[in-house]
Amino acid sequence: MLNFRSPETLPLVNLSNAGVSRNGRWLVRGVEFSISPGEIVTLIGPNGSGKSTTAKTAIGVLKPDEGYVERKPGLKVGYVPQKLAVDWTLPLTVERLMTLTGPLRGREIEEALAATGVLHLAKSEVQHLSGGEFQRALLARAIARKPDLLVLDEPVQGVDFSGEIALYELIKQIRNRTGCGILLISHDLHIVMAETDTVVCLNGHVCCRGTPQAVSQSPEYQRLFGRRAANTLAVYSHHHDHTHLPDGRVLHADGSITEHCFPGDGHHHDDQQNVHDHGEDCGCGHHTRLHGYEQKEKRDA
Amino acid sequence: MLDDFFVRALIAGVGIAVMAGPLGCFVIWRRMAYFGDTMAHSALLGVALSLLLELNLMLSVFIVAAVVSVLLLFLQRRGALSTDALLGILSHSALSFGLVIVAFMTWVRIDLVGFLFGDILAVTESDIDIIWGGGILVVFAIVYLWRPLLASTVNPELAEAEGLQPERARLFFMLLMALVIAIAMKIVGILLITSLLIIPAATARRFSTSPEVMAVLASVIGALAVTGGLFGSLHWDTPSGPSIVVAAVGLFALSLLPIGRRPIEAAHHSTPGGHH
Repeated sequence: MLNFRSPETLPLVNLSNAGVSRNGRWLVRGVEFSISPGEIVTLIGPNGSGKSTTAKTAIGVLKPDEGYVERKPGLKVGYVPQKLAVDWTLPLTVERLMTLTGPLRGREIEEALAATGVLHLAKSEVQHLSGGEFQRALLARAIARKPDLLVLDEPVQGVDFSGEIALYELIKQIRNRTGCGILLISHDLHIVMAETDTVVCLNGHVCCRGTPQAVSQSPEYQRLFGRRAANTLAVYSHHHDHTHLPDGRVLHADGSITEHCFPGDGHHHDDQQNVHDHGEDCGCGHHTRLHGYEQKEKRDA
Repeated sequence: MLDDFFVRALIAGVGIAVMAGPLGCFVIWRRMAYFGDTMAHSALLGVALSLLLELNLMLSVFIVAAVVSVLLLFLQRRGALSTDALLGILSHSALSFGLVIVAFMTWVRIDLVGFLFGDILAVTESDIDIIWGGGILVVFAIVYLWRPLLASTVNPELAEAEGLQPERARLFFMLLMALVIAIAMKIVGILLITSLLIIPAATARRFSTSPEVMAVLASVIGALAVTGGLFGSLHWDTPSGPSIVVAAVGLFALSLLPIGRRPIEAAHHSTPGGHH
């Protein structure tokens, strides 16, 4: 695996204690992560946990109501939204969809469509595509513009299992070939793309974060997924220090219950458990930031 | 020989159809037909205010339509009522306020039917200048705004994420709508402006392979409808607006006929030995 991360590279996007509220309710709060060139960050979490909100905040579609988001100046984003319905009155072929937000050369269009395996559908109207074909067309559109940051909101929805493996392999290739950063939102709470560098688990805030465990070594998973899938998928084991109760309140490991849960509430463990299992020198950059949390907590207390 | 007034109406009508084509496509792609109606109905309030304050007619209609669309945006943001309820309130209140104000001005004699349904006799030479000047402006603006408008029609968040400023495009789009309504009012009439936006675009859909083709075709079909409608209006002495709409609907009905719809099947029938 190539390692694009180095201390000199500026992150493409950096979220710092970012929160978004609507009608007095926090959709998501206290989000901290950054994406560097070549890095794959996967957001996971239950429905309504603020995954899409977080992604939209990262790329500037939503403005944070708290904290801040920094983007590299002139950052070029390729975005695959979670839901996209094209009105049937709009005559839009796959080919025309490709140049929706910017001009492209014919060869760039063909390459991107071929890469996602939908070149044969170039002349089809997007309304006639199946869910999986449309996802591939949308992914082709996003990669064709050669973005610095690719944001994929549940890119494998409506795609069958082997298609999912193929798309993850493609995303990995895109990263390795172009060195772009990738923010991936996964619909699955436990199975993520093996190439993911950082998993951020959200439920209104960052519940936990870490690196996924490769499953290709485990014979059980190989049996379960098949050999090819086992190389592509990885398992993420959560280490939460709190539980979300059905009524929305939060039970912390120290037995206390709070209305909300965010890093500054003083109920969280220090970083070793909250974060992943590698050390200070892993270069992922989380540790320094979490020390920042700790300081903030002390200051607040 | 055709009369001068008729030639003026024809030139003016074709100008309106040309700019209404691409704009109308966006109206149906964005499902804003009722929104267009609301802006058009507010034009009568514009007419009343122009008489009351002795302002230029087109200018005051444009301003009122633009204000109504901004008001709608503001009310939508408050989110207390659904958009269609808000549109219903704005649409009918603007129309009613206009009619009430006109009724109060007993000193003004106003051809209400002419304003509501269009009047081909009303087109002056300076109107033609304004229509074609405004039309060229509208077409240039649409060409300039095409990419952000189209991208934000497909998905505003996608457009925003990829740097296309959908909010700005939307604002300009509303101003263009207000402009077209102000310009088209005399020919088509307040109550029927939206149909000149929607019906040619809907007719063009079947024959279009891309958004750009549909926009151009909508202009062409609109121009045909205007021409046909104005001739009908002259011949049967009917109000010009409804006559144009009837012609447009006729073209739309033709587009529904299954002529040339299935080239694959047609090819199959023409294979050698296929005739019995």
